[in-house]
Amino acid sequence: MAQSAEHVLDHIELFRGPEYQQMLADKKAFENPRESAEVERVREWTKTPEYREKNFAREALMINPAKACQPLGAVFASVGFEGTLPFVHGSQGCVAYYRSHLSRHFKEPSSCVSSSMTEDAAVFGGLNNMIDGLANSYNMYKPRMIAVSTTCMAEVIGDDLNAFIKTSKEKGSVPSDFDVPFAHTPAFVGSHITGYDNALKGILEHFWDGKAGTAPKLERTPNDKINFIGGFDGYTVGNLREIKRIFELMGIDYTVLADNSEVFDTPTDGQFRMYDGGTTLEDAANAVHAKATISMQQWCTEKTLPFIAEHGQEVEAFNHPVGVSATDDFLLALSRISGKDIPEKLARERGRLVDAMSDSSAHIHGKKFAVYGDPDLCYGLAAFLLELGAEPIHVLSTNGNKAWEEKTKALLANSPFGQNCHVYPGRDLWHMRSLLFTEPVNFLIGNTYGKYLERDTGTPLIRIGFPVFDRHHHHRSAVWGYQGSMNVLVKILDKIFDELDKKTSRLGETDYSFDIIR
Amino acid sequence: MSLATTQSIPEIRARNKELIEEVLKVYPEKTSKRRAKHLNVHEAGKSDCGVKSNLKSIPGVMTIRGCAYAGSKGVVWGPIKDMVHISHGPVGCGQYSWGSRRNYYAGTTGIDSFVTLQLTSDFQEKDIVFGGDKKLNKIIDEVQELFPLNNGITIQSECPIGLIGDDIEAVSRAKSKEHGGKTIVPVRCEGFRGVSQSLGHHIANDAVRDWIFDKNGPDSKPRFEPTPYDVAIIGDYNIGGDAWSSRILLEEMGLRVIAQWSGDGTLAELEATPKAKLNILHCYRSMNYISRHMEEKFGIPWCEYNFFGPSKIAESLRKIASYFDDKIREGTERVIEKYQPLVNDVIAKYRPRLEGKTVMLFVGGLRPRHVIGAYEDLGMEVIGTGYEFGHNDDYQRTAQHYVKDSTLIYDDVNGYEFERFVEKLQPDLVGSGIKEKYVFQKMGVPFRQMHSWDYSGPYHGYDGFAVFARDMDMAVNSPIWKKLKAPWKDLPKPSLLAAE
Repeated sequence: MAQSAEHVLDHIELFRGPEYQQMLADKKAFENPRESAEVERVREWTKTPEYREKNFAREALMINPAKACQPLGAVFASVGFEGTLPFVHGSQGCVAYYRSHLSRHFKEPSSCVSSSMTEDAAVFGGLNNMIDGLANSYNMYKPRMIAVSTTCMAEVIGDDLNAFIKTSKEKGSVPSDFDVPFAHTPAFVGSHITGYDNALKGILEHFWDGKAGTAPKLERTPNDKINFIGGFDGYTVGNLREIKRIFELMGIDYTVLADNSEVFDTPTDGQFRMYDGGTTLEDAANAVHAKATISMQQWCTEKTLPFIAEHGQEVEAFNHPVGVSATDDFLLALSRISGKDIPEKLARERGRLVDAMSDSSAHIHGKKFAVYGDPDLCYGLAAFLLELGAEPIHVLSTNGNKAWEEKTKALLANSPFGQNCHVYPGRDLWHMRSLLFTEPVNFLIGNTYGKYLERDTGTPLIRIGFPVFDRHHHHRSAVWGYQGSMNVLVKILDKIFDELDKKTSRLGETDYSFDIIR
Repeated sequence: MSLATTQSIPEIRARNKELIEEVLKVYPEKTSKRRAKHLNVHEAGKSDCGVKSNLKSIPGVMTIRGCAYAGSKGVVWGPIKDMVHISHGPVGCGQYSWGSRRNYYAGTTGIDSFVTLQLTSDFQEKDIVFGGDKKLNKIIDEVQELFPLNNGITIQSECPIGLIGDDIEAVSRAKSKEHGGKTIVPVRCEGFRGVSQSLGHHIANDAVRDWIFDKNGPDSKPRFEPTPYDVAIIGDYNIGGDAWSSRILLEEMGLRVIAQWSGDGTLAELEATPKAKLNILHCYRSMNYISRHMEEKFGIPWCEYNFFGPSKIAESLRKIASYFDDKIREGTERVIEKYQPLVNDVIAKYRPRLEGKTVMLFVGGLRPRHVIGAYEDLGMEVIGTGYEFGHNDDYQRTAQHYVKDSTLIYDDVNGYEFERFVEKLQPDLVGSGIKEKYVFQKMGVPFRQMHSWDYSGPYHGYDGFAVFARDMDMAVNSPIWKKLKAPWKDLPKPSLLAAE
């Protein structure tokens, strides 16, 4: 028996003991296991071009997709508004999943309710669930606003949110002037980024276009403010704070739309804050008057930006900008739109990023990378890799579309470092597995799920993306702007050096290059 | 020291009743009436905890519950390692449940084992409009092509499947025939069915009955020579390796475990189970259905057991042994004796640090009652408990064997109620899930996730008890809880000092 009170062994070591190893070997007799030679043969076969071809010929099955469903994005956007409770109209299990998923990434509470629809609602519709649900939420959680989205269930049976909310108000669930914006977010259309887009548009539409017919539409009186939208972003806490700092440095009056940076980063001091921070409802309404709106992620705001543009503002979209040029472009746009100069302080930060890149580029130059994740993230990271002299080889986005593919291809075609790169929209991480076996790269960049690829293919994983469950606190540091890019650079370099050390650390064998100075 | 230990039983009862009245006040009248039935204070000698259970959650409250899909794919079927489980419907359900329950298994993932793969039909709008059966047909062919060593397939249906009326049973039958009689199991676990994940467990059990037991028939030959000591572990999901730290004890006492349900389990083990001499059932809630079925159909007796904490482990080992001969009974005493020094050491080390500490629980399945004994072995007291998806028989077991007089009981507690209860009772530890974890830690209350063992484990068996004790100690006695308040917040304000 290996276990002792003095040195408690948990699952990491306990089962390696001889008694457990024997037990697991004995268990095989009942498992009807495959011959180990057969397992090995098939494992080797899955690494081949032949398997890759079969894998890419798949038409119906999705294996390890790098995307989630719409309502998750809607919940993420909704909590970016002051005192806002996300309310998902549909079955309750979905909400348990969204809350868990967000909590596992941010290590923070995630609040959201559902209308708990069951079989009877499937038959008769979910109106009563909405009427009761809104009344309960309003009384219990005292929100300033309830933002409604849907699940696939409510969408399949065709519940009409606009009518349901109106009826609920008539029945007194919430006061008639209480803000209940809504968005239809079926899980079988798009992904979490579509849900973000729909929910944000729904909220702006509510405030700007007459609160679902209960108030006059807002008359736009242009002012000098700039609206800023982050998009669905696992680094929202670090990124939004960094962007606000930049706005403040430049002296620009701004509104962050869907500012969830506080609610996903509340202090531990003896108090639970269900709501914290967020765009005020007043600011959300007044955002119609702004001079322009900047979105950090084009494919997260495909509907929101045209909606804003229709109201008379200039809009500008970026693609998860990381690196020198991407940040330059962002700041130039800010300067052009606001008429404010870019302060020396930011120029110095830029210089420091260039300094860091020049100091380290020898270690990154020519290294091959595979990248996967949301379409904007992939684009932004690929652009940064090109700037570093690295070669992105596979860029894969399960929720990337044709337009994303074209745009990313154009980016790669513009750089000598992008010549060997292929772009894969609509593909999943099992496709990526075949790619990594048949066209290996030095490093993989993606979210936590990439650790299965790291294990299977031996490609070291650099964790950037959403979700990151198995590493802590990454979301607290920015990946945008010069300072954020510095963080990304350090992450990449740390992995490169760790791998280098691993390769050179065998005592008396490879450790002639086990250097302490680099 | 917390409030609970400074008051007498009648005082505690009165306080808990008052607390329930207080939280009910915030609801609209209709909701208040409904929730009142789920909250109570346990009275010693009563046959159950006096709460209604297994009823619909109320719309708009932050219920902690999940859905039937979570019960079937997430709990019962997902851990079967040599079968491919297809999340049939939109992408989300499979994504959110991907690897999240830590059902450990030994195998080559992606080749002969598939637990931590996320396979989905990723429904698009056209699948909703035209139905997904054709796609499912193709998916099964693709699974066969890409994962030739899979031993079976299950289809875990998500909400839209039932709503649009897809015939996944017909697809399963046809494809099974096409692929040489392959086991392909359709599971109607759409998330809108029932009131919680509980119905998903039941549906999943029924699918084993209909599509595995019935398919093989009662006379199918086992792949091994039977012995009088063959047992099956039922209702252990091998979270953090729980089933392994349980199995080792059973084997040490002389029994032979022929199947594990379902953590680290295989299709062959499911098929072999009707040959067991005794089914031993850990999670009653999720797998009593199939145990009862095997009793009726195959005459296999079943007995419940509890492998949390040395008191319950010893009691359970002896209970299991009572179904067998002296050889096993002697083996049992030998096992208990063998582990006694470990138990003594663990208790000697951790009990002084945990004595008198109070705990509030809210979990699913068996844990709201089963872990109470383990806390008591460490000198801790459970002052409040409740089930996410328990039924009346769970509350009966809880009342009759586990909870003390005046314990606060809350069925299907929601975020609001749970926060008020914890605020008021100030327990030294809360044990619940990921959605609750950060809420209570923000409040400065030590917390352990009791669904997933907070990424630790195993907690079952003697080896697991050492881990359990260590983990509770590290949570309760973490130095961080002394840092909640900034030191300057205790100081009088400088301006006031100046005024004096």
